Amino acid sequence: MSDVRVTPELEAAAERAEARRGFVLSLPPYIYLVLFFALPLVLVFVYSFASRSSTGQTVLQDWNLESYRRLFSPLVLEIFVRSFLLALVTTLVCLLVSYPFAYYIATRGPRVRSVLLVLVMIPFWSNFLVRTYAWRVILGSDGLVSQVSQALGGEPIRVLFTNSAVLIGLVYGFLPFMVLPLYAAIERLDWSLVEAARDLYANGWTAFRKVTLPLSMPGVVAGSILVFIPSLGAYVTPAILGGARTVLMGDYIVSQFLAARNWPFGSALSFAIMFVMLLATVVYFRAGAKSL
Amino acid sequence: MASPAVEMVGVSKRFGDVVAVDSLDLTVEDGEFFSLLGPSGCGKTTTLRMIAGFEYPTEGNLRIHGVEMGLKPANERPVNTVFQSYALFPHMTVFDNVAFGLRMKKVAASEIETRVKRVLDQVQLSQRADARPNQLSGGMQQRVALARALVNEPEVLLLDEPLGALDLKLRQNMQYELKDLQARVGITFIYVTHDQEEALTMSDRIGVMNDGRLLQVGNAHDIYEKPESRFVADFIGDINLIEAEITGARSARLSNGVEVGIPEGHPASGSVTLALRPEQLVLGGVEVRKEGKDQLRARVTRRTYFGDVYYYDVDAGLGELLEVKEENRPDVDTFDVGADVTVSWRTESVNLVTG
Repeated sequence: MSDVRVTPELEAAAERAEARRGFVLSLPPYIYLVLFFALPLVLVFVYSFASRSSTGQTVLQDWNLESYRRLFSPLVLEIFVRSFLLALVTTLVCLLVSYPFAYYIATRGPRVRSVLLVLVMIPFWSNFLVRTYAWRVILGSDGLVSQVSQALGGEPIRVLFTNSAVLIGLVYGFLPFMVLPLYAAIERLDWSLVEAARDLYANGWTAFRKVTLPLSMPGVVAGSILVFIPSLGAYVTPAILGGARTVLMGDYIVSQFLAARNWPFGSALSFAIMFVMLLATVVYFRAGAKSL
Repeated sequence: MASPAVEMVGVSKRFGDVVAVDSLDLTVEDGEFFSLLGPSGCGKTTTLRMIAGFEYPTEGNLRIHGVEMGLKPANERPVNTVFQSYALFPHMTVFDNVAFGLRMKKVAASEIETRVKRVLDQVQLSQRADARPNQLSGGMQQRVALARALVNEPEVLLLDEPLGALDLKLRQNMQYELKDLQARVGITFIYVTHDQEEALTMSDRIGVMNDGRLLQVGNAHDIYEKPESRFVADFIGDINLIEAEITGARSARLSNGVEVGIPEGHPASGSVTLALRPEQLVLGGVEVRKEGKDQLRARVTRRTYFGDVYYYDVDAGLGELLEVKEENRPDVDTFDVGADVTVSWRTESVNLVTG
């Protein structure tokens, strides 16, 4: 019988073959990402330096920084600050609502747990637009909220077309994105650590504060990023539930591309918001890493 | 007289229909190194968790130094636990891990500093006070877990298979260290293990559990030499269990027809089980006849070499093979497979077991 020796050369060759196979297999997603993600992004980047003709046509010459200069006008800054604060509050509200809920799910038995997780995901089965329109009915001047208020002897309330309506809509829409990472983090928790804290004289609340919460920070960070970023650029919810006086970043960018036909400025706005998101992500990760 | 460290009276724990611990009566004296020994699922860990306060008894009383624990939560009990997985807080340094209990008890910062340093010194980890648990080896983590519990000077220290995750060499060293440490600090240790060797070498007393019941409590010698039940005999070490019919106050007949001596204190008739350790049996040539010993003719069916000892399987016509352990010494004869031999033992060595 011939004796097959595993020599270093043979091993290296095997490794190279493995690497080649990996490369070939990963080609389709790479091609997809380059074609449909990177390329459009480059286009947007290029357009943000372009100029406009007198008729509003985008002209790919006379490259300039005019669009970026406009970012610092008071109107844009106001819209931006409003969007930022709204996204921040949305994230905080989502976190406060989701944590106890995720904790509850994660500490149930396996069967109850999967039922609850399905319930969290059921809203995804219907169209987001339809669900947001449903909130219009609830929050309108003769909607459910107003009716309850009147039944209790109060004034009719119209929440629709206010910042509160947008906040409610955003929290509703993005809640699952907070619940799921939190659930994953809490479910992974080593409960003997909590027992150890109790054993070392910590009461239930202190054990939560000193052990459960810090160890579930990865879920808090992931959920916060997943909620904050889409909230900052949200378009549908503000467009349907918000009023004309509460223009947000998402509406504003869309209006630049469609109504104002100012593609260079719209592109610059998009890049500015991406930059802020990137910054927020880095800050969150830093904070998360430090607390661990 | 001081009350015992731990006193359990008629303690049961049921999870739904499953009885984890079945009316347990147990007294652990102050300053004792007590081991709960048994196979996995025998209820030993549940018993420990009830003392710690992680589980509450379904019925029965549990007292620590005479104080009824009832439904007191874990943080209000004067005991600390060394967990099987150590359960060190991964987001805290070694120092903060060890200081956790003292901080919870609102001990002054300066005193915490002194006490944590002293206990880290004791476990030889003062150099690693600022390290995170995941930067330490398994043995070091184990010592941090120990330090974290001991620094609080608990009335009882509970250890849940603390050496299970260590490799053999380290485990043996830690056995001696733990025993020494316990003697030095004088704290009552209750040690849960499924490793009979650990229990035998370290404990003042051992409680053997199976199926939620405490079968026998005694020192290592009693548990090994005088097992009262078939389970205890079988679980601790190797043993030959030989069925016999009682023929008199001091005699019984084996299934191969040979009459042998048995100790007194059994029913007047019926069947008994004789328990004999492999090292209590002696092999000899067929021509030898020893006085004061019981002897069977047998044939060697297997010989296994362990370096310092030989294990023989011999067929004495009893249905089951007998296992014999002989030391590998120049003055002890060795026998080949197929050899005709005699198996003999001192009548006093025979133990009768029930169940």
